[in-house]
Amino acid sequence: MRSGRSPAFYWLAALFAAFVLFLYGPMITIVILSFQGPEGGLTFPMNGVSLHWFSKLWEGLGVVDIWAAFGRSLRLGAVVMVLTVVLSLAAGLAYRKRFPGSDLLFYVVVASLIVPSIVVSLGIGLEFRLFDDTVKSLADSLGWSWLADTYTTAMGLYTSALAAHLTWTLPFGLLIMFAIFNRFDRRYEEAARDLGATPWKSFAHVVLPIIGPSVIGIGLFGFTLSWDEAARSSQAIGDLNTLPLELQGLTTTVTNPAIYALGTVTTGVSFVVIFASLGLIQFLRRRQARHGSDAGQGLT
Amino acid sequence: MTEPSRLSQQEIPAPLQVAPFALIFLLFFLIPLGLTLMVSFWDYNEYQILPAFTVRSYVEIFSGCLAKLPDLCVTFKTYLSTLKFCVIVWLTTLIIGFFVAYFLAFHVRSLTMQITLFLVCTIPFWTSNIIRTISWIPLLGRNGLLNAALLKLGIIHAPIEWLIFSNFSVILSLVQLYTLFMIVPVFNSMMRIDRSLLEAAYDAGASGWQTLWNVIIPLSKPGLVIGSIFVVTIVMGDFVTVGVMGGQQIASIGKVINTQMNALQFPPAAANSVVLLIAVLLIISAMTRLVDIRKEL
Repeated sequence: MRSGRSPAFYWLAALFAAFVLFLYGPMITIVILSFQGPEGGLTFPMNGVSLHWFSKLWEGLGVVDIWAAFGRSLRLGAVVMVLTVVLSLAAGLAYRKRFPGSDLLFYVVVASLIVPSIVVSLGIGLEFRLFDDTVKSLADSLGWSWLADTYTTAMGLYTSALAAHLTWTLPFGLLIMFAIFNRFDRRYEEAARDLGATPWKSFAHVVLPIIGPSVIGIGLFGFTLSWDEAARSSQAIGDLNTLPLELQGLTTTVTNPAIYALGTVTTGVSFVVIFASLGLIQFLRRRQARHGSDAGQGLT
Repeated sequence: MTEPSRLSQQEIPAPLQVAPFALIFLLFFLIPLGLTLMVSFWDYNEYQILPAFTVRSYVEIFSGCLAKLPDLCVTFKTYLSTLKFCVIVWLTTLIIGFFVAYFLAFHVRSLTMQITLFLVCTIPFWTSNIIRTISWIPLLGRNGLLNAALLKLGIIHAPIEWLIFSNFSVILSLVQLYTLFMIVPVFNSMMRIDRSLLEAAYDAGASGWQTLWNVIIPLSKPGLVIGSIFVVTIVMGDFVTVGVMGGQQIASIGKVINTQMNALQFPPAAANSVVLLIAVLLIISAMTRLVDIRKEL
């Protein structure tokens, strides 16, 4: 390439810097404002610096039990993360061989990504409502009063909401798996097989260590997309809301910096997860480079 | 790792490996879409949905639409407003996304720096959209930072009202949230461009702009199309951002569906979803003619 920087470089660098400021500026603003003094309001100027609004948040925000929602979202995020990693990994492995309907499934997965979330949400909501109605009428007609009297709904955090989240995280998981295996050098695996490794052994000791860092990336998508998801679960959640859904309601009812404190805490959780994942990916890459003999050289 | 059992001596067949994954999409994507289509043809009253075939919901959506022409009925107005957001947000993200990706792919020279800057763009995507949306309020609000600064500098004498809870703030927020969906595929396409092509263009005497226009843009087309599909479909169905940043005053199809669902009017909500889906599919099919997504990963 030519040496020296063209004038275009400086224009583009300035554009990039402006874009980054545009991305992060607002977020930084609310982090600063969440440390607003007790007398301070929703905007600048800062009226002193304090942890007042965090302690208000700690006590809860009015009628909404925000910490219960916080816990629910954390647990749901963890479940979504594990399922996204396991199911995407298995599906990604299957796609390396041929199986009937592979093209169809691929299009369905892409469709799930681009069908508007509100439509998916409504569909899952309807599905569970119709299921509930069916169970109730069946119980009535069979005279199973124990069921008819106690059954309310199948909708809930680990049923409909989990399903809604998976339709959003799994496509990302599969696309990342494709990206991984498109760049994967099969010769490592063949070598393992030639040396007598069983399919399981070659997966566990050859394939998984090589693709490990990217698999953590899938987990990162799984957790963070679930942790922040509101649109898809909005109609498929039942009685107990996740944190983003509560937050959406709070934007109109809470009119003090406590909502910024909540934003700071939520973003903090995201950042902890993001940097833990990136750190782990970095660590695995380094270890690969140190011990990995030639394993991993196939990855670029 | 545990010692392999006898089962693991054999390779798991691919259909079995993919089955749980496929089952999720069958149960929670395809069947729900089918049920939505079914319910959109059902009747309803204040208390419940009635499983009897009718086109009532569709008739209600488009009632008066033809009679009123050239004035627009509510449905057409809502679609027009959503389409307007789509086009503006699409063009803005296309331009910003292209140049950000171009900068990363061709002007940043070390791979480490490329990855770092790419991550800088990506990290916000992993944080909450709602928080990123409400973050604009202290900046753009009536008493926000921007208004305060402009007042102090004497550039304006009264706070600008249209900065927040307006079309402007909706567009601003959507661009901030979704430019990444443009950057990632475009960057991916650009990274696959053979650098020797640029050398060849340079040697053949092409200027920077000519190389950009005749080499880089055509070769980035798949990424541009994929990014466009993402941005357009997200904006078409959005109701959270339009709700929060529009101060709940701006109509969108997503919001109509959401409101009807909350009012337990399932058949009209379903019918609106079907119409929205058809609109989105028409846009996508026009765009996918241009590119095979699967080759681009």
